Amino acid sequence: MEKGKLQEYWKINLGYLIGLLIAWFVVSYGFGILLVEPLNAIKIFGFKLGFWFAQQGSIYIFVLLIFVYVGLMNSLDRKFDVREE
Amino acid sequence: MDVQTWTYIIVGATFLIYIAIAIWAKAGSTKEFYVAGAGVPPIINGMATAADWMSAASFISMAGLISFMGYDGSVYLMGWTGGYVLLALLLAPYLRKFGKFTVPDFVGDRYYSNVARTVAVICAIFVSFTYVAGQMRGVGVVFSRFLEVDINTGILLGMGIVFFYAVLGGMKGITYTQVAQYWVLIFAYMVPAIFLSIMIAGNPIPQFGMGGAGTDGVYLLDKLDNLHNELGFAAYTTGSKPMIDVFAITVALMVGTAGLPHVIVRFFTVPRVRDARISAGWALIFIALLYTTAPAIATFARLNLIQTVSNNSYTDMPGWFKKWEKTGLLAWMDKNNDGKIQYTGKNAGGGDPFEGKKPEFTKEKGQHGELLMSNKPTDNTNELFIDKDIMVLANPEIGNLPNWVIALVAAGGLAAALSTAAGLLLVISTSISHDLIKKQINPNISEKGELMYARIAVGVAIVVAGYFGINPPGFVAEVVAFAFGLAAASFFPVIILGIFSKRMNKEGAISGMLSGLIFTAAYIVYFKFINPDMNKPEFWWFGMSPEGIGTLGMLINVAVSFVVSRITPAPPQEIQELVDSLRYPKGAGEASAH
Repeated sequence: MEKGKLQEYWKINLGYLIGLLIAWFVVSYGFGILLVEPLNAIKIFGFKLGFWFAQQGSIYIFVLLIFVYVGLMNSLDRKFDVREE
Repeated sequence: MDVQTWTYIIVGATFLIYIAIAIWAKAGSTKEFYVAGAGVPPIINGMATAADWMSAASFISMAGLISFMGYDGSVYLMGWTGGYVLLALLLAPYLRKFGKFTVPDFVGDRYYSNVARTVAVICAIFVSFTYVAGQMRGVGVVFSRFLEVDINTGILLGMGIVFFYAVLGGMKGITYTQVAQYWVLIFAYMVPAIFLSIMIAGNPIPQFGMGGAGTDGVYLLDKLDNLHNELGFAAYTTGSKPMIDVFAITVALMVGTAGLPHVIVRFFTVPRVRDARISAGWALIFIALLYTTAPAIATFARLNLIQTVSNNSYTDMPGWFKKWEKTGLLAWMDKNNDGKIQYTGKNAGGGDPFEGKKPEFTKEKGQHGELLMSNKPTDNTNELFIDKDIMVLANPEIGNLPNWVIALVAAGGLAAALSTAAGLLLVISTSISHDLIKKQINPNISEKGELMYARIAVGVAIVVAGYFGINPPGFVAEVVAFAFGLAAASFFPVIILGIFSKRMNKEGAISGMLSGLIFTAAYIVYFKFINPDMNKPEFWWFGMSPEGIGTLGMLINVAVSFVVSRITPAPPQEIQELVDSLRYPKGAGEASAH
């Protein structure tokens, strides 16, 4: 494949990475640590929201982020014809 | 049937399964021995990675740690799971495309330097041995508590089992035993948790039960905060560590997780790049099952403990209290002679119940039947000593569960310890047979010869690890900070920069790795060993504890690598092409053949 197209593939990949890593940072370091006090003022069932993100929510979202990335990259691989058989 | 018989049956049955798998999965080539022939389906690899990753500490100690630390314990929950996002997005697919056997392989080839390779080998061996000694100890502890055999006999038994399947099957044998071990450990963890959740919160799903209410309609976490406040402990849901330190420890654990060689190497075992991505996702699902249950267990166990003991008479204590008192995990010193247990924290005049780290029983009994100790009492009001491990180990008895559940917890603890130990031992063995002997000392060695060295290296590593398990160096708990800090400050930046920066050269990588490593090691050694009295927030740099300093070490590594690489020559053309080829699953040069 030509070089220009591969560079485009890489650029799109980097875009995905930046977006997903921002989400990764926000749910754990943001909601679970830096903003934990203001969020703790909100209560959902018996959980203070900041505490919930630190001990439960961030982990669920981590799992989600990986599967979103897998989906995005699988379709990108097909589009650029770099998918392995 | 009694607990003892059940334990022999269940532990014996799981061991037979591990041995049968080992015979079935015997390795015939170095490729099978190092990376299971790179033919492991992603979901199976995810399961094996989960068992590999969750150690005796995750299984036995983590819920207890969180139980005592409350919100501050979140550093372990986020830190030990968030690293998988980094693995899936930044490391695993590219390293799979690189397609060789070990982490030092990547470092050595990408930085065209045997010096870099050797530094990586030393880090890998050091990090892995640190970790494996703790696992062997875990095996011994489980054996001695549940089967009442001597700790050393327990360790020897565990060594024998690991020896059998690691030497015979290498990565192939280890992978498939880890799958079996995952099922044993997750089942053993979930069953008591579900029962406890029904008992305390009336909800069979612990993750929901934790946010639910007891029979009196008060939310469990609110009740716990109130009790903590009353008894003088820091509030459960807000914690007491400084925010910067919580932040730094979480970063160090996440990045350290993504930099641990025994975790990274698992992603060499799948057939394709896209399998590497998704198997990190599967691994995290399997891990998350335990990691989201642990904080629920922590909440239930803490609440149950306080309500059972606080201001109640010793003579009214349930059976499990007295049973675990005998093992030294619980101890009560009636300092005010009222026959009741006072359990208080620092904010209400409490603290350590007595001097010394653990109770020294005199074999005599006090007037209420409690075991007396020779420890000197302290002058605060707290009378109760609790080892954090009890939170998981005593759960089945607290929940009045049948004897076979108690036996299952023993088998689960052993599965967690053995699966992690095996993964670490394999890293040590490949570092020696592949990275040192094949790549540096004797490149002309035959496949058969290399395989033989790999088997001998595993054998020797098991014996060394067993030795440290039987004669644990006093600093085992302290060195865990080392393993993560060093992985964070050395491997992680070197690999990431090797993939995402084409301009990164060997001068930059080596100087970065060494500066990150030396800084982190020096900081930890200073505060943990040379000057432990100064290990307090007011003396830490930027408020970072030795557990979190790997974060700063990583930043130093990156900064030094960048500066040095810009003032030294760019890497040769073929290396830049290698980096290009890593970035696409197929198309720009094939993955280098095994």
